[in-house]
Amino acid sequence: MNLLDLLQTASDNMFRSKIRTFLTIIAIFIGAMTITLTNGIGTGIKSYLNQQLGNLGATNVLFITLSAPSASPSSGPQKYTYSANSQVASGGGGRRAAVQLMMTSADLKVIGSIPGLTDVTAAHSPSPDYVQGTGDKYQVAMLPQYGSTTAPMVAGNGVSNSSSANQVSIPQSYVEPLGYRSNAAVIGKTVTFGVTNAYGVQSTVTATVTGVQQNNLLGESTLYANNALTTQIQNTQNEGIPAALADTFQTAYAIFPSNYTTAQINHLKSELTAKGYTGSTIKDKESTIFNAIDVVIDVLDMFGGIALLAASFGIINTLFMSVQERTKEIGLMKALGMNPRRIFLLFSIEAVLIGFWGSLLGVAVASLVGKAINAIGQHGFLKNFPGLNLLTFPPRTILTVIIGIMLLAFLAGTLPALRASRKDPIEALRYE
Amino acid sequence: MDQQTTIKADHVTKVYGKGQAAFSALQDVSLQIKPGESVAIVGKSGSGKSTLMHVLALLDKPSNGEVLINDENAARLSGRQIDGLRNKRYGFVFQQFFLNANESVLSNVILPLKIAGVGRRERKEKALKALEAVELADKANSKAADLSGGQKQRVCIARALINNPSVIFADEPTGNLDSHTGALVEDLLFKLNKEQGITLIIVTHDADLAARCKRELYIKDGRLTKGSNV
Repeated sequence: MNLLDLLQTASDNMFRSKIRTFLTIIAIFIGAMTITLTNGIGTGIKSYLNQQLGNLGATNVLFITLSAPSASPSSGPQKYTYSANSQVASGGGGRRAAVQLMMTSADLKVIGSIPGLTDVTAAHSPSPDYVQGTGDKYQVAMLPQYGSTTAPMVAGNGVSNSSSANQVSIPQSYVEPLGYRSNAAVIGKTVTFGVTNAYGVQSTVTATVTGVQQNNLLGESTLYANNALTTQIQNTQNEGIPAALADTFQTAYAIFPSNYTTAQINHLKSELTAKGYTGSTIKDKESTIFNAIDVVIDVLDMFGGIALLAASFGIINTLFMSVQERTKEIGLMKALGMNPRRIFLLFSIEAVLIGFWGSLLGVAVASLVGKAINAIGQHGFLKNFPGLNLLTFPPRTILTVIIGIMLLAFLAGTLPALRASRKDPIEALRYE
Repeated sequence: MDQQTTIKADHVTKVYGKGQAAFSALQDVSLQIKPGESVAIVGKSGSGKSTLMHVLALLDKPSNGEVLINDENAARLSGRQIDGLRNKRYGFVFQQFFLNANESVLSNVILPLKIAGVGRRERKEKALKALEAVELADKANSKAADLSGGQKQRVCIARALINNPSVIFADEPTGNLDSHTGALVEDLLFKLNKEQGITLIIVTHDADLAARCKRELYIKDGRLTKGSNV
């Protein structure tokens, strides 16, 4: 029998007892749908977070801090040795009471000497007192823009670090307080920041608004400043601080070529470690969050897996029944010269087909359900997460689910198929 | 018919079971069937006649002795070769028909060619020719279940004919038919024997049918009692 005939015969056989086949397909369908949905949620949330975390910087940025002295809590007090880097961080309104290792511009030179790292910059934390548009003054939180990948904007563009002019992007919630009616109206307008120096004297710095950020998970109220603005605010707030103290910061960042492989990035990190620094990429920061998501998805997948396990016993049962029912037919085919391997194949294909239809139905319905949930969610329970497609189904996942289930079905089919292929034709023909 | 087939059994014994429960279905059976012969294997039920047919048709293996196909020991053939032999040189007609009731007459008839992997067009052509030979061409698209007993057995003969066999094994071919339709089926088988030179090996307990064969082999308690010519 050639493959096409086998396929057709298996398919015909499958539909011979329609209700039984249908019920088995339903069982597969439930498992396939569960797995597709859980994976869809995982992918959806991850791609949303990816997008949201995008504003922390491009993927080719290394965040560098001084390595903490390795002391485990249980090892008792550590002996003190003087280090120029050890200082109590004075900024931040006393929130960071712990001893923080501060870097100076000397560190930047050391880091810059590592081949592959460019644009080594101190990550200052600009902390203006207020922002003012055409009306009242409002409190403000500000982050420097790292690299060139900015958060998604609903109007205008993200700030550019290559510009020498002061630039800032603002969250949607700031548009009206700053005195503008629409997101578009604020683009290109000038806003004023109040900055207090070490003597307690307040002065102002101005910047142009280049974009309005999409609402996101991490900060509905964080403004992003480009290098020029960050530097000016920093210089203003450091007036009156001893130069040695003004030149301190906790984090530096450096750019590496974006075509670097993981191995190359790891090499950079180990070079940093050798020099007493710790480097981490945006991916490292993400992976902590993603690991947590993965655990949740894995648990959900397990439910789908259990459903599929139950379903594969359904396949075994169904096929055993049909082997039994078709004993005479198998006997006849063997008597007429069909070789046992083909008989095995015939029943295996039937099992795989059950898996195929069940999984196809499962992923199809899961996709439809996903689309519906996304559509409803955007206007309802996910209103506060614009841009979040709770369920995302990349074709590769769908293909993996279908192929995986077909494989499972094949395995489930081997036992009945083996029994069919081993039937003695004489016994089978005598069977009533 | 592509090739002549001579079937020989040499001191064939078939034992079922072991020890105390052992039962000899065939004991020291030797015979030879030449191409174009018509042979009846006659005996009561339980005499071993079906077992003999199964052994000759390579559906079963003898416990002792040899079955030779054109002087080649069947025990030396691989499973694949034996399957190929049954598929291409043998035709089978059974008392209970073994038709797939839900499928069309045509798809029942093409089964041996489907198993052989013959292309769709060719096998349909051959199936129609085989159905013409049994005068059922007009029933090609009917469901097998809708046919009468005699028609069913003729479909079986068409199925046995489709691969141009050199030997047809018929196990009680008229056992389920009334005498009139039975006679028609017999006529058909002997016509094939006469006109196409197909060897007929008929297992029966019907003395009239046996008498129409050129040679009758009587079997009792697993032993040939009359007609062995080796």
